[in-house]
Amino acid sequence: MDHIAGKPVDSRVLEAMLPYMKFFYGNPSSIHLFSQETRQGLEEARTKVAELINAEGKDSIIFTSGATESNNMAIKCVAYRNKDKGTHIITSSIEHMSIINPCKYLTTKGYKVTFLPVDQYGFVDLNSLEKELSNETILVTIIYANGEIGTIQPIAEISRIVHGKNAYLHVDATAVNGQIPIDVKKDGIDLLTLSSNDMYGPKGVGALYIRKGTRIEPLIHGGGQERGLRSGTENLPGTVGFGKAAEIAKNEMHTESERLKRLRDKLIKGLLENIPYSFLNGHPTERLPDNVAVRFSFIEGESILLSLDMMGVAASSGSACTAKTLEPSHVLLAVGLKHEMAHGSALFTLGRQNTEEEVDYVISIMPDIIRRLRQISPLTPKELKE
Amino acid sequence: MYTQKVMEHFKNPRNMGEIPDADGVGTVGNPVCGDMMSIYIKVKDNSIADIKFKTFGCGAAIATSSMVTELAKGKTLKEALKITRGDVADALEGLPPIKMHCSNLAADALHAAIEDYLRKHKMGEEVKK
Repeated sequence: MDHIAGKPVDSRVLEAMLPYMKFFYGNPSSIHLFSQETRQGLEEARTKVAELINAEGKDSIIFTSGATESNNMAIKCVAYRNKDKGTHIITSSIEHMSIINPCKYLTTKGYKVTFLPVDQYGFVDLNSLEKELSNETILVTIIYANGEIGTIQPIAEISRIVHGKNAYLHVDATAVNGQIPIDVKKDGIDLLTLSSNDMYGPKGVGALYIRKGTRIEPLIHGGGQERGLRSGTENLPGTVGFGKAAEIAKNEMHTESERLKRLRDKLIKGLLENIPYSFLNGHPTERLPDNVAVRFSFIEGESILLSLDMMGVAASSGSACTAKTLEPSHVLLAVGLKHEMAHGSALFTLGRQNTEEEVDYVISIMPDIIRRLRQISPLTPKELKE
Repeated sequence: MYTQKVMEHFKNPRNMGEIPDADGVGTVGNPVCGDMMSIYIKVKDNSIADIKFKTFGCGAAIATSSMVTELAKGKTLKEALKITRGDVADALEGLPPIKMHCSNLAADALHAAIEDYLRKHKMGEEVKK
């Protein structure tokens, strides 16, 4: 139940990819017959990804090496190209590091970056957004939903505010794609980051949707592939797999997301009702179908994960002790959790392979795990002592 | 990530609990940092007759607490004061580098408990010699 960290490749995706490793090796840019199959495969994949997000045409999709590259491209290449208009960028305080760090980098290149606060559920503060937007603002970049808390942002509303000031809106949809329908036209999105692995496609592939007419510089200069914005011979098996994954996601999203929501709500209810001093992180209903983020008072997250691992369950945490830094997750701190509360977080992210039996199993083992760790902890309050 | 020894102590911590009438108590760390431990000792004839711990923290924090109680039990106060963070980590067959500082507080908690006992009994340098 740690699908946020990595998903298996769907067997149908693998089948679609294999011919592009075994037989079709032509360079899509060549003239001869060998290149036709690969060019066709590449462009079909582009169409499928465009259809997933209701993009105006396949040429608005640029394939990249993944969400991190797409985020870097959206921020840096829009900032460089629009420096004549302004140098101000707005983002939120619950972004992925592949948004935060490019933004921080740009502050060393003469740009100014504003990090918007979020409320206790993780919703971006729209009043602050309105207040901070100015004629100097060239780009607003907001995460569609942060996988650590699952809260889905009101993107269409954000877009109206951003476009009122003629800035571009970039949305990082990495944790969202394949789970909820994305419509870049309806939502008013100018740039959108997509990831293949997050919808059961291969790792190492992603895309950046760029609305026609958006002023942006190339990321990689070279032979002019990907409309000259991202040169280099295309990763054919990867993009074809991504396309297949997008097609499957589009067809099965509705049924699968309804199934996941049922499992999600059952797991949340089962944990919160059976374990005292347990709380939900993020919003109860405006949340990703796969996301169960909970926190437990008086204990620390890593010891919960180790205990789950011993029982055959993989989960993750926003705790400092599972990360490379000693601070709890910036996302959990941004929603207003105190350090000692953020430390006690556990994150379950459900996927296609998870069954109701597995959810029942987790609900059955968690109370004992939490009880044992609380017995070890000196923080257990009197009322918990049995 | 962790050695089998760490996981074994995490699974079955030794000497877990409190000693209500402890002769010395040492608490180090704090919940804000994600690690906090308390060590309780009973002293008889200048030796650690009983020792227990309570720990809030990650797997390493719990395992080091458990290990330090095993290392200290039965030792004289003088010997117990010589137990270092390094000794605890070695006895656990190693800790991940990032855990060496943040979670390896158990020896400090043991020393604090002994110092607490010495203070209460107005004892000092003569025990350490």
